[in-house]
Formats: sequence, structure tokens, C-alpha cells
Amino acid sequence: MESCGRSATPPGLEGVALCRRCPVGSNSAIPPGHHSQDLQASLQRPEIKLESLKEDIKEYFKISGWEKKLQNAVYSELSVFPSPSHPAAPPEHLKEPLVYMRKAQGSWEKRILKSLNSMCTELSIPLARKRPVGEQKELLNKWNEMGTDEPDLSLFRPVYAPKDFLEVLINLRNPNYENGDSLSFRTHLGLIQVPLKVKDIPELKEFFVELGLTTGQLGIDDSTQVPPELFENEHVRIGQKVLAEQDSAAAQQYIRQGSPTALRAELWALILNISSQPEDILYYEQLKTNVIQHDLLVDSLIYKDVKLTASNDDYYFVFEDYLYQVLLCFSRDTSVLGHFAYNSASPPKSYIRGKLGLEEYAVFYPPNGVIPFHGFSMYVAPLCFLYHEPSKLYQIFREMYVRFFFRLHSISSHPSGIVSLCLLFETLLQTYLPQLFYHLREIGAQPLRISFKWMVRAFSGYLATDQLLLLWDRILGYNSLEILAVLAAAVFAFRAVNLMEVTSLAAAEAVLADLSTLKVMPLLQIFLFATVT
Amino acid sequence: MINWMSVQTIRNVFSVETGYRLSDDQIVNHFPNHYELTRKDLMVKNIKRYRKELEKEGSPLAEKDENGKYLYLDFVPVTYMLPADYNLFVEEFRKSPSSTWIMKPCGKAQGKGIFLINKLSQIKKWSRDSKTSSFVSQSTKEAYVISLYINNPLLIGGRKFDLRLYVLVSTYRPLRCYMYKLGFCRFCTVKYTPSTSELDNMFVHLTNVAIQKHGEDYNHIHGGKWTVNNLRLYLESTRGKEVTSKLFDEIHWIIVQSLKAVAPVMNNDKHCFECYGYDIIIDDKLKPWLIEVNASPSLTSSTANDRILKYNLINDTLNIAVPNGEIPDCKWNKSPPKEVLGNYEILYDEELAQGDGADRELRSRPGQSLGPKGGRSRDSGRTVLTTWK
Repeated sequence: MESCGRSATPPGLEGVALCRRCPVGSNSAIPPGHHSQDLQASLQRPEIKLESLKEDIKEYFKISGWEKKLQNAVYSELSVFPSPSHPAAPPEHLKEPLVYMRKAQGSWEKRILKSLNSMCTELSIPLARKRPVGEQKELLNKWNEMGTDEPDLSLFRPVYAPKDFLEVLINLRNPNYENGDSLSFRTHLGLIQVPLKVKDIPELKEFFVELGLTTGQLGIDDSTQVPPELFENEHVRIGQKVLAEQDSAAAQQYIRQGSPTALRAELWALILNISSQPEDILYYEQLKTNVIQHDLLVDSLIYKDVKLTASNDDYYFVFEDYLYQVLLCFSRDTSVLGHFAYNSASPPKSYIRGKLGLEEYAVFYPPNGVIPFHGFSMYVAPLCFLYHEPSKLYQIFREMYVRFFFRLHSISSHPSGIVSLCLLFETLLQTYLPQLFYHLREIGAQPLRISFKWMVRAFSGYLATDQLLLLWDRILGYNSLEILAVLAAAVFAFRAVNLMEVTSLAAAEAVLADLSTLKVMPLLQIFLFATVT
Repeated sequence: MINWMSVQTIRNVFSVETGYRLSDDQIVNHFPNHYELTRKDLMVKNIKRYRKELEKEGSPLAEKDENGKYLYLDFVPVTYMLPADYNLFVEEFRKSPSSTWIMKPCGKAQGKGIFLINKLSQIKKWSRDSKTSSFVSQSTKEAYVISLYINNPLLIGGRKFDLRLYVLVSTYRPLRCYMYKLGFCRFCTVKYTPSTSELDNMFVHLTNVAIQKHGEDYNHIHGGKWTVNNLRLYLESTRGKEVTSKLFDEIHWIIVQSLKAVAPVMNNDKHCFECYGYDIIIDDKLKPWLIEVNASPSLTSSTANDRILKYNLINDTLNIAVPNGEIPDCKWNKSPPKEVLGNYEILYDEELAQGDGADRELRSRPGQSLGPKGGRSRDSGRTVLTTWK
């Protein structure tokens, strides 16, 4: 259990001290509604005597369940924050250690902000404005059916689409790296030309060992032909036990083999350390009030995105209204700013009108620092199958975002960052399907151009929902997004025969247009464990 | 030869006057008196009769609870025929005057002529004593049924939906029926509200695609439809596996019971098979209600997915009705081999159920299959029954 961080859990008393050090609110990725106040109140109970304080507290923690909660909270911190680095390293290194990556991210952000500002000026719409009272009332009435609102969105364009971002990544270069002009077998044939370390198949096999052929999986060993006594029944039983124990680390280990549908909502909440406390619900209501009172330009971008993507999706159209309720609140949630401590991106700054450049008049825009792009709402949509209570849905989404999704659209060297995922995908393809890769490259159909959009959206909207949820189970289980790149390569491997016959990018796109019938776990298993390399 | 006929043609073919007889190698896609099941008033009549019979026999199926409601056979909302049962209806109405009722013409489809009422004055026309009543004649085309409106439907994303399931019957005696695995849910485009101000808004209340597709927000890509597998995934994820399985078991149960109810009065012509469209609504307590059965479920399609579904439906139906693509012989035993079932699953096979050791190797799996297996025994507390009559 080393990898689960159990050994790093401090015993009783230190746990209390750690808890007090965790700041509540602004700088932390942990939302307010912390347990510390409850904890302090509990410590004043009569059973706890001064003479044997340490032992009594430890004992009390065990029986009251606080020990478990503390362990989960610590585990959560360990999962989210990067490991401690060199004491002399400046805070930028926590965001991103490589200078050239930081610079690239900075320029990209400038471009996005410029695009946003120019849209703003063109349409003469302020970035933010206070709603008149009448409008506020109307919005409050319509809160549960904002989908029926039909504002004129024709003049709005998404700030950027994944393919724009891809162009930026393609042009990334490490100025310290010279790979020469001559082609050799080392030459990387793909679009990404930066030298980052990515895992190869032997390393992936080790990393994803629980996906191996001899381990039971949901998504494979629960199919109709397999009697449930062989694997499924026992797996469900263990899952219920894990939930009863309320142990985050155990849940994360368990879910590597997939989650039974009935247990998934609770398991994800346990792994993400989300529990709906009254203060969380209150916080969500506060965000809702912010939405009612102020209108932001990004709101229109969100509307447009939902209308273009989720509303047309066979699975998610039903949940259109939930998407507005989550995303509009998300834009206003300043606690999200905390994640920029370890995100290579930085929140865009805007200045109150007329006070350009004056720091005391600077605000982050949007308040949560995240500018949505085309397809952003698809991060939320699959979660609607699990949570129908808006504040819980909101919390889960926010945590998923600050743990995983942000890496899919910021430039960094992190192994789960989109740059590494792209490189991993291309390397896997080039190493294990060289003929296919070469062929596609020759016909002008660089594979990354097709798979990029899958990875940026974590396959949401491309796979059938039950398959997507099985995939996201593993993202949570391994605390890594690398599986997205492996799946993308596995899809290409699966359709290799057809792809070898195409002669254009458009034809290649057509072969890979419909992934809705794919079963992800068999694909992954075959690619990692059953392909002769 | 397979004759795919409309209901009008069937009426002619089987009418005594025309003297038309089907030869052995002709089969048709309707039973002669299918209206016993597919007309709203006759369906209710047959079910009521079936229940009374079971009660008289002392069958455990007809058990009632302390309020007099059937425990296992209460799956049709309280319904009366108008104008025949007008007075009975008024009595029931007065018991709970704030309830809403839905008026449906017996012989129409696609949501035509349906409206909701919550005041007696709105249906004065159907009162038998009314001087303005023009329904004195026996013309059955003008008859209406009035049912208690289910105003607490299960909502998903705030919207009302119903289930459309396809059931193929190859013979009524012995009863052999198949459930199509790929049924779907039809969502309203507008948010549901039980508010009385919206009783006239058919976009809120009626899920028929024929109606919804005229709504402003109708989307031609997904057509407001979900597969039943999506529904299953959603319910299992948000409500748990047991209650979801129980719900689907109940749905299968009510379909079989409705068929058993009409089996004795059906003309079990050996030239016939029929594919019905069952409409089912689930309320917020996860109880399914049978709304109606359609003899000619729409085989037109509103979206690309739909077209594929309907194509496969027809294909699989014909494979079961006439396996091997050979010239049909209506004398065959109507027991198709498993391989030709396609997307159908055996819902109930009376012969198998009465025989010993019924086939049980197919299992109901979440997200994958729907129906129970042939000759299944109930496993949700009704284990009283091991054989169905």
C-alpha cells in the first residue's frame, strides 16, 4: 500500500495539527466547509482527560470515524499536490519547472485574452455587469430551465477550439534541444517535437498492472457470457465493504478494476473526498446568487458551448439545464483559483474600466480564472448520469476539474499534461504500429490530428456513456490521465486494417468518426497485454 | 408469403362478409381481433375481467392490500368508459376533486384528441343525462376513456418521458412473446410541471413524437429519445441496482399479464403474428403503469438512429415470424431457434413455463440486455408462483 500514501499518514495528534494548517478557502484547492471547526468542538468532550491526552484523542478518533476522515483528507492532499520539491525552488516551479513551457503557456494565455477582449469590444458587451432587478427575478424563476432561454448567440464565437490549441503545441520547441536535421531511427515522426519522458509499453504494463489479463475487470468480466460468480459478485461485495469503511485510498485501489454502476457515485465521491456538508450546499447557493446578480460575458460562451455540444448529444441532451447550473456557478467560484498553484496556467487579469495597469484595480476574469473553450461543457455532462443533486454534482465536477481536467488544456511537462499525452500517443503508435503511422503520415493524416480532440475531452461525447464511465473509473483509480493516450492508440490499433486502406485525411477521419460501439476495457487490455511487440 | 397489412386491411381480410381465406403459406402481421388489446377501452375491460376471474378462482395473483388495491395486478391507472360509466366516474372524481384526469378517444392514435381536465364541467358533454349529448348512438368511434392522470411521473433532467417497448407475439395459446431489447424513452421538450396553468400545454404532458416534433425545441439529431439502456444506467447509478432491477421486472410482468388477459378472447389464428408498441410510464416511486398498447407502432423514423432501430426491428420480427427466410407454413410450431432472435429476447413462453427445467442460462445484465429469460420464475418476493397459469 506504499503507493497509496498510507505510510505517510501521520498518527493521531499530528493529524490534528496538519488539519489546522490547511487553510480554509482562498489559497487551497480544498473548498471551504472544512472539518476543523467540528474537530475542535469534538476535542472538548469530557472523555478526553489532560493526563492521557494523546492516547485519549487517538482512541476517540478511531471510534468516532474522525481518523478515517483525516486519513482521507490527507490522502486527498497527497493526490492533488505535487511531491515536495527542492526548498530553493521558486513557486513557479510548482506550476511548471521548465522555462520554455512556462513561456509558451504565457503567450497562449495572452492570445486567448486578446481574443476575448476583442470580442468584447466588437460586440460592445462588458466583461461583467450587474443585472437589473427585473432581470434577476426572471433568471431566478427560470433557474431550472435555462435551456429554454434563447438569447441571440450568433455573434459569439468560442474563444478557441481544440484544434487551435493543437497548433500551439505543434510549434512548441525546447531551445536547449537540438535534434539535428538528419533523419534517423530516433526521429520522432509525429507532430509533437519536444523531448519529454513518456512511458513505453513495459512501463505501462507495470503501471496499469491491475488491467492485466489475469485480473478481473468490470467492462470485460461482467459481460453476459461470464457467470457472475466468477468475478462480478465478489467485486460488488468488496465495493460495498470499501464504502462501508469510507476509506479513500482503498476505494482508489478498488476502482482500478472498475466500479459497479450502483456504487459508482459514492465511490467517486469517496475518492475525491467529497461529502455534502451543509456548508457546501450553502456555498453553492451563494454561487447561484452571484450568477443571479451579475452577468458575465463568459456566460454567453457557456450557453453557446452547451447548445453546440451537449444539447445535440444522444446521451446528454436531457441534462442541458444542469449544465448551465453547474458551469455558470463554476465561473464565479474563486476557490478554484487555488489550483493555479500547481497549474502551469495563470488566471487572466482584467482591470476595472479606466484603471488599466493599476494593481489595486485588478481582478481575475472570470472570477475562477478559467476561460471555457469549445467542448468544455462535455466535462460535466457524463457526471449528470451519477449525480442529480445540483450542489453535489457541482462539487464533484469542480474537484474533477482541479485534479484532472485542467491538465488537458494547459501547456506543461507534467506526465498527465496534454503535451505528454500527445507525445505518449504518438510514441506508442510509432513504436508499435510503425507501418500504420508511416502510412497515415504519408497521406497527410497525422494521427494526432484525429485523436487530439478525443484526449482533450477525455473521450466525453465520443464513447458510449457506460464505457466512458468505466474509463473515468481508471483515471480516478490511477490518478493519471495517461490512460487516455493509451486508449487513443488502442483505437487506432483496432481500426488499423481499415486505416491502412485510406488515402486521405478525410477518409481516415471517417473510419474513426464513430467510437460509440467500442468497448474500452477489451481494447486497452489487448493493446497493453495481448499484442505481440 | 408474408402479407404486411394495415389494420384496415386486416379488418377486411378477416371480415365474415368478404369470405377471404388465407392459405397455408400466407401469414399476416396482425391478429384479427387485436383491438381487444389495442383499443384503450377494450384493453381496460379485458384486464378488469381478467382480474375478477383470478379473484374468483382465489389465485394468489389477485391478492389485494388493506385498501382494496391489487398487489400484483394494479398496473393500469383507474379508467372509465365514457359515456357509459359517467356516473361511476363522477363518484370517483368527487373522492379526490383536486386530481387531474386525462381524456382519450378510444380509436385514435398519435396523441390526437387527448386533453386533460380537472373540473367536471370540462366533460359535461359526455354526461349521459345531458340534453346536449350527442353520444346516444352506439358509434364506438366517438367513445372516450378517462383515466386518472399520473401527475407524479418520474422526471429526468426535469422532463417527463415514457417508454416505448416493442413486443412480438407469435401465438396467444400457448402464449409466446418476445421483447425487443432496444426500446426507447421519449422525452418532452419542455420541463414538466403539474401546475394547472399548463394543463393545456401538450408539449409538457404528451410524449408522442408526433406532437413533440412540432415543439420549438425539438431536436432532429437525437429526437428527444434515449435508449432503454441509458435509462437503466441512469437509474442504477442514481437509485441503485435492486430497485432498478425490480422496476424492469415489473415492466416485464405487466406486459405478460396484459397479454394473458386478452389471450382467452383473442382469435389465435395460426396465420398471424403481431408486433405491439407498448407505452409505459414510470412514476416517481418507480412504479410502472401501462398506458396503452399500439397495434401499428410507428415504423417511420425521426432520426438516423431511429431508422436503424426500426429497420432492425422489422428485420428481427420477420426472422422470428418466418425463420430461415423460407416460405412460411402456418402449421409450424412457431418455436424459432435461438440464433434468429436478433435483438429480441424471449419474454414469456407458456409451453416452456409449463414444462420442467425451463431455460435459464440467459441473465439479465445491466446496460446490456433487458428482458428476463424464457419461463422465468419471479424472484422479487413473489416466489409464491413457480408456474404461471
